[in-house]
Amino acid sequence: MDALRNKARELLENKLAQVVIGYGEGSLGRVRPVFVKEPAAAVKLVYDGRCLQNLATYLLKPEVKKMGKIALVAKPAALKTVLQLAAENQIVNGEIIVLGVTADGKLIDFPDFKAIEAHVAASGPDLSPEELAVLDRLSHMSVEERWAYWQEQLSRCFKCYACRAACPLCYCTRCTVECNQPQWIPVPAHDLGNLEWHVMRAMHLAGRCVNCGDCGRACPLDIPLNLLTQMLVKGVGEHFGQRAGISATLDHALSTFKPNDKENFIG
Amino acid sequence: MTIEKRTLKKEAVGEFINRLRAGQWQVVAPKKKDKQVTFGEISGAEDICQDYVQTTQSAKGVLFPRVEELFRYQMQENGAQILEREGPPQGTVIFGLRPCDAAAVAPLAAVFTWDYPDAPFKKRLAQTAIVAISCHQADEYCFCTSVGGSPGDTRGSDILLTRLSGGDYLAEIVTEKGKRLVELAADLFTVAPKEEKEKNLARVEKRFDAKKLAEKLPGFFDSPVWIEQSLRCLGCGACAYVCPACVCFDIQDEGNEKRGRRLRCWDSCGFSQFTLHTSGHNPRSVQSQRWRQRLMHKFSYQPDRLDVVGCVGCGRCSRACPVDMNLLEHLIQIAEG
Amino acid sequence: MSETKEKREAKDAAMAEESNIYRPYLMRLEKITDEAPGVKTFRLKFFDEDEGKNFTFKAGQFGEYSVFGEGETTFCIASSPTRTGYIECTFRQMGRVTTALANLEEGSVMGFRGPYGNTFPIDEWRGKNLLFIAGGIALPPMRCLIWNCLDLRDRFNDITILYGATNVANLVYKYELEEWAKRPDVKLVTTVDPGGETPEWKGQIGMVPPVLEKMAPASADTVAIVCGPPIMIKFTFPVLSKLGFTPENVFTTLENRMKCGVGKCGRCNVGKYFVCKDGPVFTFAQLKDLPPEY
Repeated sequence: MDALRNKARELLENKLAQVVIGYGEGSLGRVRPVFVKEPAAAVKLVYDGRCLQNLATYLLKPEVKKMGKIALVAKPAALKTVLQLAAENQIVNGEIIVLGVTADGKLIDFPDFKAIEAHVAASGPDLSPEELAVLDRLSHMSVEERWAYWQEQLSRCFKCYACRAACPLCYCTRCTVECNQPQWIPVPAHDLGNLEWHVMRAMHLAGRCVNCGDCGRACPLDIPLNLLTQMLVKGVGEHFGQRAGISATLDHALSTFKPNDKENFIG
Repeated sequence: MTIEKRTLKKEAVGEFINRLRAGQWQVVAPKKKDKQVTFGEISGAEDICQDYVQTTQSAKGVLFPRVEELFRYQMQENGAQILEREGPPQGTVIFGLRPCDAAAVAPLAAVFTWDYPDAPFKKRLAQTAIVAISCHQADEYCFCTSVGGSPGDTRGSDILLTRLSGGDYLAEIVTEKGKRLVELAADLFTVAPKEEKEKNLARVEKRFDAKKLAEKLPGFFDSPVWIEQSLRCLGCGACAYVCPACVCFDIQDEGNEKRGRRLRCWDSCGFSQFTLHTSGHNPRSVQSQRWRQRLMHKFSYQPDRLDVVGCVGCGRCSRACPVDMNLLEHLIQIAEG
Repeated sequence: MSETKEKREAKDAAMAEESNIYRPYLMRLEKITDEAPGVKTFRLKFFDEDEGKNFTFKAGQFGEYSVFGEGETTFCIASSPTRTGYIECTFRQMGRVTTALANLEEGSVMGFRGPYGNTFPIDEWRGKNLLFIAGGIALPPMRCLIWNCLDLRDRFNDITILYGATNVANLVYKYELEEWAKRPDVKLVTTVDPGGETPEWKGQIGMVPPVLEKMAPASADTVAIVCGPPIMIKFTFPVLSKLGFTPENVFTTLENRMKCGVGKCGRCNVGKYFVCKDGPVFTFAQLKDLPPEY
């Protein structure tokens, strides 16, 4: 943690960054996102097992961009997010300073996207064995059972859109649900409105989601939304041989045609 | 009316609920579901969960549902027909609400009944009774005492139960409606207990003065504090939706040119498009403006206009917030700033 | 003796008996007039004649107009309350509901909720001069007021109307402008932005604020009512101020995002006021009290 705090202070002192986005102590033992602008305040930064939120969600926020050059404290999933945002032309090489922190608290200063790519390549698979086990259980349900499971889970949803707000890849300034000509997705939080919203959001993330888990974590009603996106991470990997967040120059799996695309779902 | 005091023995609670249900009341209470405690219909006292500081969601959905049909329409040869749905079929008793939630009916009703009376809300209010249970425990998110409430507050309850040291309840019968509920089980409500109520209540320290805050806020309109405070806010609607006093709503038509319905559903002033004009002009285009609106509306505009604070200090907003916006912290920052 | 379920229900029902404020009147679209590109005027009649007879409103008020299945949209009532039996609204096609409205044919069924909002305090203006200033699509709220005043003409002194649009095609109520121009008891000045004139144009050329300055109307005993796009109002008020108008004597109507129209849904909330209840009519003195969030 000291290495991180010192680095942050240095960056701010030497005006190499105007704001460091990291984690700080919050209420009742939680951590919260902090925006450190003064070198002396770098001591506020913490990094431990509680630091799970993907802070890359703030990178494209206009109020934050206006503050100047950003240094981002990036947990592993946030590193992948940075690469995916780069692949989608939302950030360019050198635009932000990425401060990675390993599981055992070592600071890694990534000079450019290539360095992040190398680091990510050496990291584990997209889905952990535990996550795969849960997905496996779901896929072994019959269609009726799985439908009933999701109807039950989604019936709680009240359309607060915390999932969308927390997701760093949901950066559209005008979301599909906010389009009313036509109203593609019903606004009210009834069964159909909830189902269509979550299915649509998952589909819009197919091939883009890096499995940071923030959607499920942000949901105030504990709906396991990340299961939907995880299933798509698995699916895109299997059908298109692609993983999001591993390269700063990735094409979008669902909108790029390659002559050797698998066609095992046709005919 | 003066509050009558009785004892409700702990063994009698189950029977009281049975009598309510036999009297055609639907009983809604906190139930444990997976990891959360939330309000749902119960069939008996054993379904009730009492082991929590506060439920995740409020019970405001009983009075102001997430999705409510305002009317149905059916186009015809030479005109149209508008059909309204009947009110809720049964009365509902919300059992086991915290005193802060019971007090939250006041800001809800203030908005829905001022000037133009909102019939859907009034119908539900008339058919709802509240049996609240005082708080034994509180946490650092609670701040009822800063907004005129307390862990044993009777405001908004028809009956307030306070669990005493032996497990029996002091029952305070606050309203005529509460009296009618007791009449369904008069034999269960025995002579008032001798034990004092106060020593069985949680302690919630007053953290700021709501009146002083209401006086200070107008002068804070142009302060940079709103930008500082709202930097981490994601602009979702979690705080508004779990809040028992938040009332903003949207109206949506669903259907086609032949038939359909007009619905009312929850909305939040925190959403970026809440105030967007069709022309593209957005009076509150930045999150700091929306954050300021949220606080000023609850703690300055509503007290000014409707004589009621738009917050009961239940702390749900801070607990539900994905980025720990902690409303209490921000209020104290302004009250002392 | 415990109360019977029936008795309790009867009591509750009596307490809750109220009509549903969200239920619209059924209206028939009688007449469509094309005013300008994208701008139409609708004349609406109540399906229920009794409802029509009992319906009253005052100048300045607005309503929520529905296309069933699409939604509601907010316009002022553009016809004068002195003319009964129908109401009119004028709108520009911009979003979902106005597009649906623009696609309706005469004879269609619509909904209307209203009248909502506060009103122009016409009674306080007796014996005064009235100066109406409007720009573009903001003439409709003014038109209701103008006809209201013209129908009660002898209550007021001089009446002056200054109306401008970006070009000749965008002037609305063209036939009524002609009527007003012909009246000897009204002074009408129309103007179009430089470049917006046609060869036949006989009116002024210039934006409203400079034309107003050139006109230099007297401010003594005069009430000014200004309606227009924000930018026009921004530049008009200083001119009025220079001419001696005090903020209490300059009125305007505000627009804001609305849904319920009755002060409940929260959208039009500006400071402690609701544009749908405390407005849409405001004096400039009151506007100073409002935070700039409209």
